[in-house]
Amino acid sequence: MATNNGLVYLIALPLFGALTLLLLGRKADKWGHLLATAMSAGSFAFGLVQLSQMLDREAELRPVTQKLFTWISVGSFNVDAALLLDQLSICFVLLITGVGTLIHIYSISYMSHDEDRRRFFAYLNLFIASMLLLVLGDSYLNLYVGWEGVGLASYLLIGFWNKKPAYATASKKAFVMNRIGDMGLSFAIMIAFASLGTVSFSGVKEHAHHASEATMTAIGIMLLIAAVGKSAQFPLQAWLGDAMAGPTPVSALIHAATMVTAGVYLIVRSNFVFDAAPNAQLLVVIVGAITLLFGAIIGMAKDDIKKALAASTMSQIGYMILASGLGPAGYAYAIMHLLTHGFFKAGMFLGAGSVMHGMNDEVDMRKYGGLRKFMPITFVTFGLGYLAIIGVPPFAGFYSKDMIIETALNAGGAKGIILGTITLIGAAITAFYMTRVMIMTFTSPKRWDDNQHPHESPALMWIPMAILAIGSVISGYLLYQGKAFKHWLEPLFEKHGEHTELLPPIVVSGLALTMVAIGVAIAVIKYQLSEVDSVAPEKVSIFTRIARRDLLQDDVNEALFMRPGQALTSALVKVDDSVVDGAVRGVGKMALGSGSALRKTQTGFVRSYAVLILIGAASLIAAIWVVTT
Amino acid sequence: MSLDNYLYLSAILFTIGAVGVVVRRNAIVVFMCIELMLNAANLSLVTFARINGTLDGQVIAFFTMVVAACEVVVGLAIIVTIYRSRRSASIDDASLLKR
Repeated sequence: MATNNGLVYLIALPLFGALTLLLLGRKADKWGHLLATAMSAGSFAFGLVQLSQMLDREAELRPVTQKLFTWISVGSFNVDAALLLDQLSICFVLLITGVGTLIHIYSISYMSHDEDRRRFFAYLNLFIASMLLLVLGDSYLNLYVGWEGVGLASYLLIGFWNKKPAYATASKKAFVMNRIGDMGLSFAIMIAFASLGTVSFSGVKEHAHHASEATMTAIGIMLLIAAVGKSAQFPLQAWLGDAMAGPTPVSALIHAATMVTAGVYLIVRSNFVFDAAPNAQLLVVIVGAITLLFGAIIGMAKDDIKKALAASTMSQIGYMILASGLGPAGYAYAIMHLLTHGFFKAGMFLGAGSVMHGMNDEVDMRKYGGLRKFMPITFVTFGLGYLAIIGVPPFAGFYSKDMIIETALNAGGAKGIILGTITLIGAAITAFYMTRVMIMTFTSPKRWDDNQHPHESPALMWIPMAILAIGSVISGYLLYQGKAFKHWLEPLFEKHGEHTELLPPIVVSGLALTMVAIGVAIAVIKYQLSEVDSVAPEKVSIFTRIARRDLLQDDVNEALFMRPGQALTSALVKVDDSVVDGAVRGVGKMALGSGSALRKTQTGFVRSYAVLILIGAASLIAAIWVVTT
Repeated sequence: MSLDNYLYLSAILFTIGAVGVVVRRNAIVVFMCIELMLNAANLSLVTFARINGTLDGQVIAFFTMVVAACEVVVGLAIIVTIYRSRRSASIDDASLLKR
């Protein structure tokens, strides 16, 4: 494989920005945001150069590597800190730096009144650097460093306004739940090292064919746990809703476009593991299918615009995970949906931020309404993202989601029919809740009081939104055109035979569009044509109430893990108190008791000491006498 | 006359001294009893030197005398100081160490 000694600059630029801003502190307050944005943009430009060079080469010669240094060298086990840029990583590099740069620009204006803006940009740059390391690492160990880095950046940014205890708790929750996933990744690395003796992607790929299926299944399941934690999939999804405590640009960048999709990257990157472990692959599909519906159902009940979008993110990532569990047929579509989703979801989150900006940080959609007139640009950009996510042709989401539905249907047998049905139902629900968001925010009659003065956001904010909106219009078509994207990624995956088609593609598209139309129609009837309450109605069915409580995910976690965990720790505290501390205190008490007993011999009378000395000397002599004779 | 008799005398003198230290309260008397014990030891050292026909014991006896002389100086000084401050030469009165 060719080497390219420039790859490190992709990561070095934002890392330099982050370190500069963090180390200089307040001195960098005036220009920190500009430096951070420039670093991110520089990284993006560099990524574009890499892409153009890559396009010039033959498909087999496209991946390039760079060895930074020998990281671990123990006997025959060697791990280099090395970077790998191939057809898959370049997609991510451009998504991360491209969307990242737009969000940097947006944040300059969005965070302009925050006195800690420099720290915010430092964390953003730290995130970009970590995420790039995650997608550029050439072994699981290198990936792990980036994986932890983005977890840290996410934690810092969710809790950015940590003066509010609820926000600090949300960041802690995200961190703890992510740790569970991280454990999975570290176990996967350990299993790979113990049974295959290598942790690099190429090494594991070589061994994948002749290793036992049980080993590959174990690695696969551990990788899935990692993906589930990072990508907020069932059953580790509860943190994503609370992660919306972070500033909106963070939700757009980290919790919609990039970091939460790292799980999809991990699974697609480890395609050789899952291809060799059908059971683990099946589990991936199941997790994806459950989350797809789970997120969509939560999305229907949320009144908080950011939480509705977060539930939608969860659901869309469910689509991606499902597609990546369908084997070589689905990998390319998982990544394609990931890219288009990066555009339209980031765009919609920025739109939500723009709405909040104009509405005094109000997030309750029941207190919105009629904002189309006041925020025309936000309405249009958000609307384009909306058309993309529900999958209206020719917007981006149509191509990517349609391909996933089609691949799911063609998975064969009952599996195909079940998965196809789930994805179709998911499409209908997506259409419903996104239409609901759209209507409640922009087109229904106004429900805000007169203190609100909604206004359009400044150009620095709407230009990134407009660019993302353009992306959500055309990206799908560009990637789909002539199956360009599928062919682009093909060299990385195993060849797969053409599946028998259950239904012709045109029928599938028709079905999907029908489902979307049903979803939209129900939402229009329910919210546009009838009155929307400005306070969430209390008298609702038990199902709505459960959905509002995030389908009881927190209650389940609390009952299954938190309470027993609390009982366990309090039992351990008792053991610690009585046994461990008891032993320590016992030793002390013993010394104290014997001391106070012996103290009585110290009378202070010289003569008693003299007697004791005399007795001692006499018994010493007697002892010597007894021993020697 | 057998040289053993010197050792008996030494033992008797040492016992008298030891009993005196334990029994008497007056610091001066106790002090004199200690001197008695030291000299009993000296006597036995000299006797052993005579029995063995070497000078080692006699040399050590001189050392003992030097140390005893020093001890007398320091000890008397302490007794006089205690008497001045407490108006008593009884060693049982000087039992403040336990508090």
